[in-house]
Amino acid sequence: MALLAVEGLRTQFATSGGTVRAVDGLSFAIERGEVLGLVGESGCGKSVTSLSIMRLVPPPGRVTAGRILLDGDDLLDKDAEAMRRVRGARIAMVFQEPMTSLNPVFTIGDQIAAAVRAHEGGGRRAAWERAVEMLDRVQVPSPRERARDYPHQLSGGLRQRAMIALALAPGPQLLIADEPTTALDVTIQAQILDLLRRLQADRGMAVLLITHDLGVVAELCHRVAIIYAGRIVEMAPVAKIFEEPLHPYTRGLLRCLPHPSRFGQPLSSIEGAPPDLRQAGAGCRFAPRCPLALESCRRDEPALDERRPGHFVACPVVSV
Amino acid sequence: MSVTAEAVLPVAARARRRVSFRAVFGLSVLLVIGGAAVFAPQLAPWDPARQMLMKRLRPPMWQERGLREHPLGTDHLGRDILSRILHGGRISLGVGLTAVTLSALIGVTLGLLAGFFGGRADALIMRVVDVFLAIPYILLAMGVVFALGPSLLNVILVMAVTRWVQFARIVRADVLSIREREFVAGARARGNRALRLLLRHVLPNALTPIIVVATLELAFMIIYESALSFLGLGVQPPTPTWGWMLSDGRNYVATAWWLATFPGLAIMLTVLAVNLLGDWLRDTLDPRLKV
Repeated sequence: MALLAVEGLRTQFATSGGTVRAVDGLSFAIERGEVLGLVGESGCGKSVTSLSIMRLVPPPGRVTAGRILLDGDDLLDKDAEAMRRVRGARIAMVFQEPMTSLNPVFTIGDQIAAAVRAHEGGGRRAAWERAVEMLDRVQVPSPRERARDYPHQLSGGLRQRAMIALALAPGPQLLIADEPTTALDVTIQAQILDLLRRLQADRGMAVLLITHDLGVVAELCHRVAIIYAGRIVEMAPVAKIFEEPLHPYTRGLLRCLPHPSRFGQPLSSIEGAPPDLRQAGAGCRFAPRCPLALESCRRDEPALDERRPGHFVACPVVSV
Repeated sequence: MSVTAEAVLPVAARARRRVSFRAVFGLSVLLVIGGAAVFAPQLAPWDPARQMLMKRLRPPMWQERGLREHPLGTDHLGRDILSRILHGGRISLGVGLTAVTLSALIGVTLGLLAGFFGGRADALIMRVVDVFLAIPYILLAMGVVFALGPSLLNVILVMAVTRWVQFARIVRADVLSIREREFVAGARARGNRALRLLLRHVLPNALTPIIVVATLELAFMIIYESALSFLGLGVQPPTPTWGWMLSDGRNYVATAWWLATFPGLAIMLTVLAVNLLGDWLRDTLDPRLKV
């Protein structure tokens, strides 16, 4: 059984301008110890997916359909108290913004120790020692001194390390990392990715990595799901996505990356703009921008089919 | 490297290490006033209510006609001003502190709930706040005291109940922005209960305005108590309070300045000390200002 299985997830926001279908029938699974990348452009529903899994979608958002099975238990069936016990302990989250993700009025040691005590109990001193140990584990230099620092005294990279220590303190089975490196500069990004990879391998922890950065995906992920307008359009092992992208959207995305063979040519882009998520619209959501679109694409919703072993594509047109 | 760092840092670093003047001044003045109030029965040379009509309106002792046994003079009934200020401090400070604490408790709690949970709780609490703001607080206090009868406890209750809105509004406004910050979302994602989110993540970050309002309110409460006393709704004579002495002395300002001046000075010093201390406290509690 997969560690986490999301089936037919729909999350909608009822606004005065109409219902925004932010996540529209998403299905994927993460195995134990696997790193799955959720990739898409801004507003495609990546973050709403992660918030839906945590059941922390802010109002007026609501999960309207689907199942979220963690070890076979449907999280959507749990009462508030049971769900609260899942958060942090079994599924942890790391956010994008390390500058504001730590409470400014407590030292980082304090915050990690509090998380440790909340989940394991034990005395203050023991929790503090665990906090120092966690900071050491995420490669914070001189952790004993840094534990006494307030967040504003740390650099962005150190803060993100502290955030990771905080998330991992209770020993979760699944880590949801929502754009964990976006706010960091490139060298620090590489260090944080390296750290995440090492921690993931050491602990056999599953990671759901949410990003718009294909470079980050290539570094860290085992498998990738490409999301467009609230639906998965392609899902495959990471090498396949880069070597043989099948869906026209994925191909378009990859063409947008700079490449040595196209040196000197302007970067390409995908024509058009993402659809208005308030329109229900039949058919493939990418059809209006798709170079291969047929008449049937605008009518029939494409199913996510396994076109090659482990390689799923939601496009009936593309030839395999 | 460390040499240059030492050379650049000292000014700020040394200033931080030195104990703040505001703190020392504020704290020592408060301790003196508080101590004087607590030990008033031992310190006061006279019974504050004792009238000596032969010695009416005597000026402080350093003036002509001043008497050595009445260092700050006597009032229109021949009562010793120093003794009355010492005893009055017990009432004024006691009532002020209790009323501020009580109104902060009510206001901060309701402000936290309104700001954090929003929706109906917010609408309900803030409408109540609007109602309290719309009614002149003195009028409200008059009504309540008339209904319950004037007593020390009733005065404190009325003061707290008419002023909690100050805390509630400030706290709610702050909480509205704090609850949207990522560390609150992060804490929620780590499975913290709502109560814990409120007490550990939201409240500590809203402390600064609360402290500032509390110091301002303490000053206000001392004046407020005197206003109520002046209207005959507060503490009843002959029990001395600073506010009552101040308003009583008003009639004699042209001929006997010491009646109103000394209680006025006492109020001013107390308020100043509280404000300085609150100022310092706020800076100290804000980790961003620590080096």
